[in-house]
Amino acid sequence: MRRVVITVDGVVHESEVEPRLLLVHFLRDVLNLTATTIGCDTGNCGACTVDLDGASAKSCSVLAVQADGSTVTTIQGIAIRGERHPLQRAFHERHALQCGYCTPGMIMAARDLLGRVPCPRPEEVREALQGNLCRCTGYQNIIAAVIAAGREQGGPA
Amino acid sequence: MIPAPFDYTRPTTVEDAVTALRAGGAGAKVIAGGQSLVRMLQRRLVRPTLLVDVGCLSRMREVVEEPDHLVIGATTTQHELLHDARVRAHAPLLSLVARHVGDPAVRHRGTLGGSVAHADPAGDPPAAVLALDGEIIVEGPRGERVIPSAEFFVGPFRTALEPDELLVGVRVPKMGEGWTVHYEKFRLSAQKPTLLGVAVMVRRVGDCFTDAHIALANSGSTPVRATAVEVALVGADVTEEAVTKAADLLDGTMEPFARQGVSQAYLAHLARVLTRRAVVAALSW
Repeated sequence: MRRVVITVDGVVHESEVEPRLLLVHFLRDVLNLTATTIGCDTGNCGACTVDLDGASAKSCSVLAVQADGSTVTTIQGIAIRGERHPLQRAFHERHALQCGYCTPGMIMAARDLLGRVPCPRPEEVREALQGNLCRCTGYQNIIAAVIAAGREQGGPA
Repeated sequence: MIPAPFDYTRPTTVEDAVTALRAGGAGAKVIAGGQSLVRMLQRRLVRPTLLVDVGCLSRMREVVEEPDHLVIGATTTQHELLHDARVRAHAPLLSLVARHVGDPAVRHRGTLGGSVAHADPAGDPPAAVLALDGEIIVEGPRGERVIPSAEFFVGPFRTALEPDELLVGVRVPKMGEGWTVHYEKFRLSAQKPTLLGVAVMVRRVGDCFTDAHIALANSGSTPVRATAVEVALVGADVTEEAVTKAADLLDGTMEPFARQGVSQAYLAHLARVLTRRAVVAALSW
């Protein structure tokens, strides 16, 4: 067992973990933050995407011990003062989800993009979501939602 | 899938990392970004007893400019290769290739050194390092050692690294005047591994090729140079016809590590087509 200190969604958590524990299992099973989903468990689908020290990461591809000392933001930590994040609102308003399983990862990957490119072009959104699969084939609406959220967040229309 | 148990240490210096590797013996394994290794741990394809995490060693994440070379720290991420101004200016082939690695989240964590040390025969960065005639800088209990890339990759997922040695950086020549580059990659579907990749650097003076470096990913058990094509290109006219003629000299007897269900004839044809495309694309770079 190894002691780790990981800040998740603004709360500092100190835990004893097995080195083999994946970050996604730490979030879901140790901290009970179950909004971050596990889709494929093989690094392909992106459902488990979180922000790790300012950059998107697939939390099934990171050991919890690797995140010792890091700051993690999950889908549960992006609302602003209790209000939905612009991406959450845009996904809701534009029907950018059907079953919703991929949505936490989609939004976290899109949030990473908007942090770097505030007003992305459709191709840039597609490229940024390359590692996120939606099996309800809702990509068109997802892309529209990301572009809308970018505009709302401050870019020119 | 849950990995088998292992111990974990996070050294704070390269020296401590080497000491930890030595103490861990054959069961010790280095982890940097973990974008290949965590998968293998989960599937229990590797069962190390100790992971030595070098992901936080800042000395290994620097890009150092020398007069004629760039030394790229082993834990420089694919994302950084894609965006670092010095890499883009002096080793653009590495930036081009980084774009073909994984997806944005994977590129945020996956590292150049990790990819090179992992030595997946279908890996894109190893082919680029080989095309660049890069040198692999290694630290071990016996001090520093520099291994030419041509001697580094010895088999599928096998390198010239000793178990107690740590890959600390990759040294590549700065791209000179007249050189252009391209990386052409083919895969059977969006998330499949590389079926074939062709890294190309060519130099032209006037209407004539004066130098050519071409390395293929997944055409053998290691990345390989397409020597016959390189030789044929040097001195050839810069025309599509000459490029096609040179690319057709590619050895068709390749034995990729992961054939992905395609025939030998398909692969040989693909290799020639991609090599031609890659050289032509490099010319319009």
